[in-house]
Amino acid sequence: MLKINNLTKKFNERTIIDNLSFEVENSEILTIVGPSGAGKTTLLRCISGLESFDSGEFYLDGKKFNPYEDTGSESVIGVVFQDYQLFPNLTVLDNVTLAPQMVLKQSATEAKQSALKRLSRLQLDGKENLYPYQLSGGQKQRVAIARALAMQPKILCYDEPTSALDPELRGEVSRIIKGLKQDGMTQIVVTHDMDFANDVADKQLHVVPVK
Amino acid sequence: MKQLRTGVEPRLLVLLNYLLIQEDFFIIGGMNMLSLHYISQILPSLLVGTTMTLKIFCWTLIGALPLGMIFGLGLVSNIKLVKYFLNFYVWLMRGTPLLLQLIFVFYGLPIVGIVFQRYDAALFAFILNYSAYFAEIFRGGLQSVDRGQYEAAKVLRLSYWQTIRKIVIPQVAKIVLPSIGNEVINLVKDSSLVYVIGIGDLLRAGNVASARDVTLIPLLLVGVIYLLLTAVCTYVLRRVEKHYAYWR
Ligand SMILES: Nc1ncnc2c1ncn2[C@@H]1O[C@H](COP(=O)(O)OP(=O)(O)OP(=O)(O)O)[C@@H](O)[C@H]1O
Ligand SMILES: [Mg+2]
Repeated sequence: MLKINNLTKKFNERTIIDNLSFEVENSEILTIVGPSGAGKTTLLRCISGLESFDSGEFYLDGKKFNPYEDTGSESVIGVVFQDYQLFPNLTVLDNVTLAPQMVLKQSATEAKQSALKRLSRLQLDGKENLYPYQLSGGQKQRVAIARALAMQPKILCYDEPTSALDPELRGEVSRIIKGLKQDGMTQIVVTHDMDFANDVADKQLHVVPVK
Repeated sequence: MKQLRTGVEPRLLVLLNYLLIQEDFFIIGGMNMLSLHYISQILPSLLVGTTMTLKIFCWTLIGALPLGMIFGLGLVSNIKLVKYFLNFYVWLMRGTPLLLQLIFVFYGLPIVGIVFQRYDAALFAFILNYSAYFAEIFRGGLQSVDRGQYEAAKVLRLSYWQTIRKIVIPQVAKIVLPSIGNEVINLVKDSSLVYVIGIGDLLRAGNVASARDVTLIPLLLVGVIYLLLTAVCTYVLRRVEKHYAYWR
């Protein structure tokens, strides 16, 4: 379970997130919706440790942690970026296996085996030796998901997972997210897309810009 | 011949002599026995000059590429003092002629008691000059790597150096290669500037032979050798670029 207490985030004295508290149960899907500029991306960046915050507490399964400062390989929070940010110089397989090998110290064969299994479940069979530029948007996104999952995160975050995709692919994304829920993954999804949000959400968080 | 000489102006004689050597060279495209013999006579000295040119070329690259990379990292760092200093250095090195820098190091610095050997002076000036150009190229390359790439690496818990090594350097290398290639080709030709501080490079060897024998052949040969050197560089650079062409 992820629990956030009284999170406040300012950019140069301008408060973006004001005293926000919420929690996500294990294997729950939380969607965060709200108008543009409400601070959804900023919240996700705080949770995943990419942005410092001014005050607040984070608990993962009852244990306090600081996502910005704790950079060990435990309490990992996976991120699927809006623009995926795959590594263009690495193959699909290397994108997925790089961090498990370098950070989790998995052997090459071990990392490769679980990567291939994951890629296959995400309908990416046969794509492992391609480079990101050779993939469609939806395929890139699934590689990004596989890459994040390979680090065995406790929580997986998505920023606007449907924004860069054709509308027909929306159903595909919600199917993947629900499938991961079946596997027990806790997920936080930021989105503009209300239909999509209502489709996948177990719980919804509405945020509005701070006045 | 003797009779002729009395009446003819000496300068004309030089010209005649010149034509005697040149005539066949131009008519049969330089492949007759006479000029072949002449070429084989001067080639050793030209090759000695080429060796010097290549030495300056290689040592400048060996010194300036890593220095330029480090300076490039400094130029994009957050340390203000380092950035100001490096910007000044780049401005100085790119804003003044390399020829001036060479003369300054070899003829100027001894006035204030800093004496370099010719060869050391040349390497010193060339490495400092080319590092500045490379630094600017690497700065541009480093800045064109998306910040999102560092963030993706960070959430995957890769360390700074793992990120630099596995993600940043391959991408920067691909981006900077064409510009680095340009500078490498320039360096082949710029190395001839060491002429001015009296180093026996390829250009000097050709010029000496040409002045001594009053013929164009050495200078033409020098041109051919420079063309060969730049052709080899171009080929090698293409190969390296091809090596990086497997991704976009
Ligand atoms: N690095 C930054 N420095 C200063 N202000 C920032 C920074 N990043 C975001 N902001 C501001 O914080 C506010 C929230 O931005 P954020 O990107 O989190 O919004 P969002 O809810 O994700 O919007 P959207 O739905 O358009 O993606 C905006 O007003 C933005 O200008
Ligand atoms: Mg956003």
